Amino acid sequence: MSPVETPKAVKVVKKSKTAPKSKKAVAPKIAPMQTLDIGDHHVTVGEIFSDKPKMTMRNINVFYADKQAIHDVSIDIAENEVIAMIGPSGCGKSTFLRALNRMNDTVEGCRVEGDIRMDGEDLYAPKLDVVELRARVGMVFQKPNPFPKSIYDNVAYGPKIHGLADTRVDLDEIVENSLRKASLWEEVKERLHQPGTGLSGGQQQRLCIARAIAVSPEVILMDEPCSALDPIATAKIEELIEELSQNFTIAIVTHSMQQAARVSHRTAYFHLGKLIEVNPTKQVFTMPEHPLTEAYITGRFG
Amino acid sequence: MSKATEHLSKIKHSLAGRNRAEARFRWYGRIAIFIGLAAVAVLFGDIINKGHGAFRTTYINLDVSYDQDLIGVNNLADSEQLSAGNWDALTKSALRAKFPNISGRSDKRRLNNLLSNGAGFDLKDRLLESPQLLGKTESVWMLADDDIDTYYKSWLAGEAYAARLSDKQVIWIGELHQQGLIKLQFNSNFFMRGDSREPEQAGILGAAIGSFLTLIVTLMLSFPIGVCAAIYLEEFAPKNRWTDFIEVNINNLAAVPSIIFGLLGLAIFINFFHVPRSVPLIGGLVLTLMTLPTIIITSRAAIKSVPPSIREAALGMGASRYQVVLHHVLPLALPGMLTGAIIGMAQALGETAPLLMIGMVAFIVDIPSGFSDPATVLPVQIFLWADSPERAFIEKTSAAIMVLLSFLIIMNTSAVWLRKRLERRW
Repeated sequence: MSPVETPKAVKVVKKSKTAPKSKKAVAPKIAPMQTLDIGDHHVTVGEIFSDKPKMTMRNINVFYADKQAIHDVSIDIAENEVIAMIGPSGCGKSTFLRALNRMNDTVEGCRVEGDIRMDGEDLYAPKLDVVELRARVGMVFQKPNPFPKSIYDNVAYGPKIHGLADTRVDLDEIVENSLRKASLWEEVKERLHQPGTGLSGGQQQRLCIARAIAVSPEVILMDEPCSALDPIATAKIEELIEELSQNFTIAIVTHSMQQAARVSHRTAYFHLGKLIEVNPTKQVFTMPEHPLTEAYITGRFG
Repeated sequence: MSKATEHLSKIKHSLAGRNRAEARFRWYGRIAIFIGLAAVAVLFGDIINKGHGAFRTTYINLDVSYDQDLIGVNNLADSEQLSAGNWDALTKSALRAKFPNISGRSDKRRLNNLLSNGAGFDLKDRLLESPQLLGKTESVWMLADDDIDTYYKSWLAGEAYAARLSDKQVIWIGELHQQGLIKLQFNSNFFMRGDSREPEQAGILGAAIGSFLTLIVTLMLSFPIGVCAAIYLEEFAPKNRWTDFIEVNINNLAAVPSIIFGLLGLAIFINFFHVPRSVPLIGGLVLTLMTLPTIIITSRAAIKSVPPSIREAALGMGASRYQVVLHHVLPLALPGMLTGAIIGMAQALGETAPLLMIGMVAFIVDIPSGFSDPATVLPVQIFLWADSPERAFIEKTSAAIMVLLSFLIIMNTSAVWLRKRLERRW
């Protein structure tokens, strides 16, 4: 008798749970969906361009098969600045970031249109080798992903494959410098030859940063580098980003508005694949130009 | 009653039923495992029971006088004399010396039948090893005939089987037993010789080496080809209709009955490419066709299980596709690939049907020494012996099965060990 009744009961519970949710979505307090959808024609507001750009992106469109993920985005990234990209989930900020070092090339069915240049050089030129590009534009991923090798080998991997070190001594030096820059050296110098996967999450992420800077890239892309970390590890990484910004140009995607406010010089707000606003971080968080940006940073959706 | 308490009582009521169902299910599982284990125990028990006797065989002790005139050999360096020598005369005279009161042709023949017809050649080998024995007499343990062996073992076990023996032979064996001149001894022939029509002289070494050579060919061909195919399909090939088609067909290939591969080998390798038949080379080629799908499928699974974050990390560092595969994917996938290869090899080791088609079922006495020597393999040897009418082949068959099973168990255990050993966690 009971097995017949149980699923019924579950169904009822489910219904009652989902019903208020759908009501909430159209509640008048939140901006209605048609307001959030900014339509096909749209102009980004704010300080989009820079006087001395490191990277320039013009009219970027990214497609996954038939679905368009990025709509006509233009932006400059200035030399030695930290630019944060924020926006609700699925707004295309990670996709946009991955277009900058052509990591999207590895995704089946992904197509990038538009003009992306670094120091005036077309990154999507047919004769450009992605290997060289990725040595110049390093990347740190959302989840710490050290190789299942020793700490030393993790950091030495980039210099090794690019042939940056002529001797063992050179390599040792690169590894030490990179780990120092990633403020990990003191913690791991006694166990360089133990597996990198044995470190804590925060240490692993700093190891990944050390690995990325070991090939001395010009730009470092960070895709939500702290989303898998606890607050203390996050604080360390944020500190590190500030130090690194003296030598590198950094583009960071983050889910945390506070993080963007803490670490970045400029902030770009993405919404449904469109770039809504780019402005100095202070301005974005105090006097946003666009109502959507304001709605997002004040927590009205997202 | 309020809604909440009503729910609670319903939940409690259904809980008892759910717990009972779980307990029942556990018992089903235990019973299933018990049935499986019992089947294995019965199988092993039966095989060991039937086959353990083959590891010992009957020897008879006689005084042999290496009489030069009797054999017709006076110079052991002369190979012509050696091959023309009447070596059986040695065993015959030794038997006659032991039982001097025998007369009549049939009794003499029965007497001679106590010993294996290869015993004379064993004496020849012994003489060649120690030439100073020529012209002298010594007591030697000599291999008994298989019927005697069967009878003696069954008689020792208390259920004498004398159907193939004459009464006199039974009496003679009794006499020998009383004098301590007949005994069971470790059967080195079984491990040191090739096949023979005489059960007491038949050994498994030829088939074991044939299997070994065949497996080497199979491994050398199927592992590199399989791994390369798997890497290409997983890491490099575009995902389109063609690769889907290839994938489906690899899976189909894994399901093709093995005898078909034998026919294919016969048609392509033997009839078209004129590879010699009955040799480990052709056996290995055919078994390669058979194990390739297994290796490709397991290798692809191993490659798939490498986390994509590792590939991304390497690509993000500027590693080329090839470097990503060589430095990261391959080392991480290798344990899985090796496990797959060993399981494929174990499958190939036990395969009989396709080899029947390419002539590896031949009766081959000589132990193969190369990839192009005629050979047979263990399972085919088992098939051949199981087909032989002599009663003594029953225990040989079971013993050969034991050898084959122990090889398979060793291979599977090493696969598990290798996986545990090389497995990396991240």
